[in-house]
Amino acid sequence: MNSSNNNTLIALKMIVFFTILTGLLYPLLITSLAQVAFPSEANGSLKLKNGKVIGSELIGQSFNDSVYFWSRPSSSGYNAMPGSGSNLGPTSAMLKKMVEERKKNFITLNHLDNSVSIPSEMLFASGSGLDPHISKQSAILQVNRVATARKMSREQKEQLISLIEKHTEPPQLSLFGEERVNVLMLNLDVDKIKQ
Amino acid sequence: MEISEIIQILLYIALLVMLTPVLGRFMTKVYMGKGHFMKPVLGWLEKFTYRLCSVDVQQEMDWKKYVSGLLIFNLFGFVIVFFLQLFQNQLPLNPQHLPNPSWHLSLNTAVSFMTNTNWQSYSGETTLSYLVQMLGLTVQNFVSAGTGMAVLLAVIRGLTAKTTKMLGNFWVDLTRSVLYILLPLSIIFSIVLVGQGVVQNFSHYTGSVTLEGATQVIPGGPAASQIAIKQLGTNGGGFFGTNSAHPFENPTPVSNFLEMLAILLIPAALTFTYGRFAGSNKQGWTLFIVMLILFTAGLMISLKSEFSMNPVFKTASNMEGKETRLGIANSVLWSVATTDASNGSVNAMEDSMTPLTGLIGMFNLMLGEIIFGGVGSGLYGMVVFIILTVFIAGLMVGRTPEYLGKRIEAFEVQMAILAVLAPCLIILVFSAIAVSTQQGLSGLSNSGPHGLSQILYAFSSGAGNNGSAFAGLSTNTVFYNLMLALAMLVGRFGVIIPVMAIAGNMSMKKITPPSSGTFRTDNWLFGILLIAVILIVGGLTFFPALALGPITEHFLMIGGISY
Repeated sequence: MNSSNNNTLIALKMIVFFTILTGLLYPLLITSLAQVAFPSEANGSLKLKNGKVIGSELIGQSFNDSVYFWSRPSSSGYNAMPGSGSNLGPTSAMLKKMVEERKKNFITLNHLDNSVSIPSEMLFASGSGLDPHISKQSAILQVNRVATARKMSREQKEQLISLIEKHTEPPQLSLFGEERVNVLMLNLDVDKIKQ
Repeated sequence: MEISEIIQILLYIALLVMLTPVLGRFMTKVYMGKGHFMKPVLGWLEKFTYRLCSVDVQQEMDWKKYVSGLLIFNLFGFVIVFFLQLFQNQLPLNPQHLPNPSWHLSLNTAVSFMTNTNWQSYSGETTLSYLVQMLGLTVQNFVSAGTGMAVLLAVIRGLTAKTTKMLGNFWVDLTRSVLYILLPLSIIFSIVLVGQGVVQNFSHYTGSVTLEGATQVIPGGPAASQIAIKQLGTNGGGFFGTNSAHPFENPTPVSNFLEMLAILLIPAALTFTYGRFAGSNKQGWTLFIVMLILFTAGLMISLKSEFSMNPVFKTASNMEGKETRLGIANSVLWSVATTDASNGSVNAMEDSMTPLTGLIGMFNLMLGEIIFGGVGSGLYGMVVFIILTVFIAGLMVGRTPEYLGKRIEAFEVQMAILAVLAPCLIILVFSAIAVSTQQGLSGLSNSGPHGLSQILYAFSSGAGNNGSAFAGLSTNTVFYNLMLALAMLVGRFGVIIPVMAIAGNMSMKKITPPSSGTFRTDNWLFGILLIAVILIVGGLTFFPALALGPITEHFLMIGGISY
């Protein structure tokens, strides 16, 4: 057998071997380990309510009703098939218009003063279109609206604020990333406040 | 910027510096075939591989045989990925019954993963079956990385060998890279990622009814196993469309930090391995420091730009395309790390970043991804610049240029120039074609200079084998799929072949022992010269195009002008 034929045959055997090893056995091994060690995470950190899946802790949801805390704007409207960012650039007139509208709406609908500075994640859409978080400040700015919409007493409103505190995640290991509030988890707890 | 953000960045750099000798030393042992701690664990598998595939470990290859083995192996890889996609609907593990993608998308994706580029004209969750992601893409994530590492090994041997034609055995280098380095790291890393929330299952997507009563489909799949190797192998192709911005790919700040570390870990450590093979740790550290300086410079410019107020929107910070949990600093660090490496993953949308951040990213791609760079490919790309630097320095002082005791002559310089110019030519000519044809312009989502940036970035990413994108450009068309596929092929093999030719030619030369007249390549002077050559070659080639794109946009933005 001459050497180039030899090389071709080895190449063929090699790619088949690595396909089985890294394409089949490796993912199967990881899946079995993952399903034993971290079953909830491996299956998408799903949240159940009354036995039905109401979403994933990690995937943001769209909230439009006044009785809920709102998520960030999303280019895909929190549709995960697929999620997407706007991909609008830093000099986009379209994005400029959207930011101005979001600002106006956020101020009006939350009955805020014009001079309030709104955290920028509420004005800009995320890259994934599925960001489950907002900043603590953004949640606090929505308290009055949620409380009014739910016709809450002063006491209940204070409960709202303490729920925000409860759901405020500090930077991971006190160092990594940003402080944030998971909107879905917060709203689930808000629904539990006795009317 | 806050203190905590600065600490994260410093910690990142410190860990990179500390892990470089640890992993670098281990890889040296692996590649020299010496005993190491993984050998008792996986030695049987290595032997089994050679027996099964009829590899003769003792048989060494000259550069032509090495390259031909590599090319045939890559061709088979391409064919498998291409056909798996074309028939995915007829094959198992397609729980969503996703239809077969078009031939041109399949072709683009197959080339993309084979060349370690991982350019994606599609979103994984709505386009590819689990089978294609595993048997096609995950496999190429491993072996394209292994191919890059093998080429680097052959190049190192060529530069350091004593008058031989032989550069090692491609099959052995490939096997060792995958079995001892990529696979064990990926196994550990995948499990850590699942612990943070990355999905790993074979289930049907989950239908859910949200709190407000809307329906939301939640995707699944064997994602963690692919994401681990996508970062470690500087691949970057997302399991999901929005890549590492997607909460299922990069759920927490810790997963983000570890993924960033995984991106530069092997390329950085290979500089140490390089020094070991060259017989002097200083040779390796010199290259590491050159890379670190360029990395830090790019990072500082990008951070400054991204944290400044954008006068167009008049908001304190630019969060468009960024995730709340990651914030601005981690998005910028990721952007710089991935564009330095040939890793196409994104955790924030490049398209929405400020013009100077985009400029740094683009510039990193245009230099050919040599600041740490892709696994293997970054360092063999750097060897090209080293040869040019030694040559230019030799001309300046009127002495025969030498590197590691071997003479650099006309052939080496010709090949080095070829390896530098081939990708540059593709970037500029293909961008020119795209901006002057309807097919090219119809993909744009932004107008003005930002539109030019989108096109320029796409071809830089293709030819640089990076894979990240100004993703607003719609590239799932016959025009872009084919043009980008060609760019990726030239960017990969248009560099590998001349570099291997250099290695083949250098290996046969005699080594002259260093004397007082030797131009040293392991000190500050050489480092500075190398940086200058990199910046001048990159800068002069691309400055006009960059001036029309991101630089113009920067000044428009400063003036508050939008369009």
